[in-house]
Amino acid sequence: MADRPGFSFLSLLSHGTGRAWARQWRHAQPKAAYDVVIVGAGGHGLATAYYLAREHGIRDVAVVDKGWLGGGNTGRNTTIIRSNYLWDASAALYEHALKLWETLSRELNYNVMYSPRGVMMLAHTHHDVQVFQRHVHANRLQGIDNEWLTPLDAKAVCPPLDISAAGRYPVLGAALQRRGGIARHDAVAWGYARAASALGVDIIQNCAVTGIMRAPSGDVTGVETEKGPIAARRIGIVAAGHTSVVMAMAGLRMPLESFPLQALVSEPLKPVMPCVVMSNTVHAYISQSDKGELVIGAGTDIYPSYSQAGGLHIGAETLQAVCELFPSFRRLRMLRNWAGIVDTTPDRSPIIGLTPVPGLFVNCGWGTGGFKATPGSGHVFAATIAAGTPHPLAAPFGLERFVTGRLINEAAAAAVAH
Amino acid sequence: MLLIPCPWCGPRPENEFQHAGQAHIRRPSDPAAVSDEAWAAYLYLRDNPKGPLAERWRHRHGCGRFFSVVRDTVTDRISHIDRSAEAGAP
Repeated sequence: MADRPGFSFLSLLSHGTGRAWARQWRHAQPKAAYDVVIVGAGGHGLATAYYLAREHGIRDVAVVDKGWLGGGNTGRNTTIIRSNYLWDASAALYEHALKLWETLSRELNYNVMYSPRGVMMLAHTHHDVQVFQRHVHANRLQGIDNEWLTPLDAKAVCPPLDISAAGRYPVLGAALQRRGGIARHDAVAWGYARAASALGVDIIQNCAVTGIMRAPSGDVTGVETEKGPIAARRIGIVAAGHTSVVMAMAGLRMPLESFPLQALVSEPLKPVMPCVVMSNTVHAYISQSDKGELVIGAGTDIYPSYSQAGGLHIGAETLQAVCELFPSFRRLRMLRNWAGIVDTTPDRSPIIGLTPVPGLFVNCGWGTGGFKATPGSGHVFAATIAAGTPHPLAAPFGLERFVTGRLINEAAAAAVAH
Repeated sequence: MLLIPCPWCGPRPENEFQHAGQAHIRRPSDPAAVSDEAWAAYLYLRDNPKGPLAERWRHRHGCGRFFSVVRDTVTDRISHIDRSAEAGAP
């Protein structure tokens, strides 16, 4: 633990007087071989490595990434956390993640700034009302908190919201998950990186994987990288929007398409948004970061792309909707907009588990909503890699569901319409 | 916003169009005769390349017709506009 200084009141006090912080994780160069190689140093990949080391005693692990850690979708999302999905399999998986969020700062001894300020999903049409009430009932049967609000209740939870009947998008009600909220995206990546590194995991940045090595039997034997070959009998692909590209190196086609998904932030304001508000129908979701910026999620482009930019009109449409729902925000200026490349599946549920290639595991397809799942995703994927069979919560999410037809359709629970 | 060259109407803005998925995916002529794997591959597996992608578009708010193009998914540049999709080619 020598290279992982503990955080305490005293250490914060002494660093507050100007003492420089030590590096929080080792800058590793690749060894010739590891027990497990994880491809992708985003939140999900780093969490996978952390739980492999922490819970399964597999510490001879490398996490390789072509860029810097947390520089993909982990650093590009709107940090919303909730577990109010419809089907039992998804609700169990996202609730598993939510429970881990609740204690994650203590677990990692790193403040991930998880803030359960409530996630409120607005209903604007009769159909929305029916769908969200169905979700509320399903969640309560699953033991997950979710409650139905009248427009007046919704206004009480979120005062800047316009609930007047004359509005362009009238609010007919809302579903509120009070345990939902946000966390600090960078801190999640850094916290997992720091904790994994301290347990012996090598995090190798700026090292693109260029090939997957196979034995004559078909089993994986390692990865080719920009820094030379790395041998491993077990490889976990956690490459989000680039999963199809990496899996093609092993000759596999995936049920995935990659789309740019955009987000924007406004200039900083004093506290004005007490919760997260999502509106699937008009396609806007919004919360306020601790820096005061309004963090706004926009939609995906209509065509697959790796451009990490996205069309300007997509963000403009979202801002029009935000201005209708929150008239007091109309004169705000936007500071930045960006896009991440999200890997979407036909049923809007992730793919976690084994692949037809022995030794090759995949964790992908989180689409437009992967951040909330970060701890749970890493936790069940680590267990799957360690045991060589799917963790019970991951089992329904195997690749084989596209052949058996047991899809887990969460198109209505995914906030971003496709 | 892409400027998409409809082979019948000329270049039009992206929001007149509907993306219709990867091109040249052929529906098995007798679905009952193929394996579950082959049927799943037809329904769900896609190339999703980082680079040139053959894809179909429909000029939904224009002539309503299908066509296919090759678009580079990194630069979003379009080339190889092909009308044959309208005649039923996949």
